[in-house]
Amino acid sequence: MNAETTGPAFKSRRRFLNSIAGAAGAGCLMALGAGLYARQASALPAQALRPPGALEETEFLSACLRCGLCVRDCPYKILKLAPVGEAVATGTPYFEARAIPCEMCDDIPCVKACPSGALDRELRDINKAKMGLAVLVDHETCLNFLGLRCDVCYRVCPATNKAITLNIVHNPRSDRHAMLLPTVHSEYCTGCGKCEKSCVLPEAAIKVYPLHLAKGKLPDHYRKGWEEKEKAGGSLIGEQITLPVRGLEGNTP
Amino acid sequence: MNATHSILRANKWLLLRRLSQSGILALFMLGPWAGIWIVKGNLSSSLTLKTLPLTDPYVLLQSFAAGHIPYQAALIGAAIVAIFYLLAGGRVYCSWVCPVNLVTDAAAWLRRSLGLKGGHAPDANTRYWLLAGTLIAAMLTHTLVWEWVNPVSILHRSLLFGFGLGGFILLAIFLYDLLLATRGWCGHLCPVGAFYSLLGHYAIPRVSAVKRNDCDDCMDCFRVCPEPQVIRPALKEIGQTSPVINSANCTLCGRCIDVCDKEVFNITHRFNHRSES
Repeated sequence: MNAETTGPAFKSRRRFLNSIAGAAGAGCLMALGAGLYARQASALPAQALRPPGALEETEFLSACLRCGLCVRDCPYKILKLAPVGEAVATGTPYFEARAIPCEMCDDIPCVKACPSGALDRELRDINKAKMGLAVLVDHETCLNFLGLRCDVCYRVCPATNKAITLNIVHNPRSDRHAMLLPTVHSEYCTGCGKCEKSCVLPEAAIKVYPLHLAKGKLPDHYRKGWEEKEKAGGSLIGEQITLPVRGLEGNTP
Repeated sequence: MNATHSILRANKWLLLRRLSQSGILALFMLGPWAGIWIVKGNLSSSLTLKTLPLTDPYVLLQSFAAGHIPYQAALIGAAIVAIFYLLAGGRVYCSWVCPVNLVTDAAAWLRRSLGLKGGHAPDANTRYWLLAGTLIAAMLTHTLVWEWVNPVSILHRSLLFGFGLGGFILLAIFLYDLLLATRGWCGHLCPVGAFYSLLGHYAIPRVSAVKRNDCDDCMDCFRVCPEPQVIRPALKEIGQTSPVINSANCTLCGRCIDVCDKEVFNITHRFNHRSES
């Protein structure tokens, strides 16, 4: 034992270091806890849609200040800020299409209101918005698949006859009717949710999901023959011999 | 008449403070509750009279840390707020603006009234570590982690946009301050307060113990002060000769002025080192 390790200066220094260590530990622990909680909860539920122009979800969560100015400037009171306990990140804006869909204002007031850029002002044409993508999730209950002419989703769609088309196919059940199948085209769908909102079924057969859930992806090396052919101005493998069809002679009219 | 007059006088700063807190809250609430839109948004970011943007610089700093470069509106808003608190004293935010102050003041009052003792308050530096922790966590997770749980923004947002389970976080803080640690939240843990105290080192207005020679050691000021450690150096000339309370952690609440029978304290500016009597 020497004075170096027993003196009052040493004791007070030790007390100081102890308190710093304790404070640092507690501080880091609390921040870590909050971090884990946020990480676990930062997966957006499938039915919660971000306002038009919203950055990709992880970027959005780093940019949104949780101020609610977009909520206030939405003339149709569609958006809400997630309260604590909701599955959506606390304080961030979202809407649910089945409850109340986006009206797609021409001047996009929610984007203009955003002070931080979480809603991107590069979005100037609301028809280019990608809030999500409509998916006909259940063709077993869709009335058009059952052979009826419901067509409601097709008729309410703001991107008329572009985002949703009715594809005519033969009805194999009756064998002499047509089915007009609602078909979504991701190029034009803004994810406004009008179709989901107005689906006449008790549970909508068509739903809007966030793009990353709704969209598949082709492998990068895939080429579509018909597109390549058009680009090249002709077949890439030269003219093909057209062979005669044999064996069906009796059936042809 | 005289009695009410003296009650008002004895609580002058407390009443002014409550007026400021409730006035600011009322300005925000007039919109959603009465349809009069003077201020839109909340304390994290707002727009006043459709022209003046105000943004909480701490929230914006978290956004920076998370890797986002915000638009000009948010930057200008944060600069205005930061300059204001640099001049007025950062922790003026805590006692004159922050809605959580109402909760923790209520807890502190109840703890005093019930004579509750015991519990253990964490080191007062914990808040600075927590402040650093929130920024590092934002950096690592690319999200404003702290805003998931920040009681300050949650209370204010809840009042304006709906509560959800936000009440539980505030109940937890109330009970923590009441039962476990005197002034535990605002005085030891809150990283928002820590951020604003860092802004407040060169603030102009300060409390001064001008008539410190009249002090009769009744300890009333220490009992009501939310940051009691800031009083001693000025009042007892420990490590400084000036009677000005220079600590950035003084919230300028003025409660010491109210409770002192000897009228030792007043609010002055940081350059006034004069002491009387």
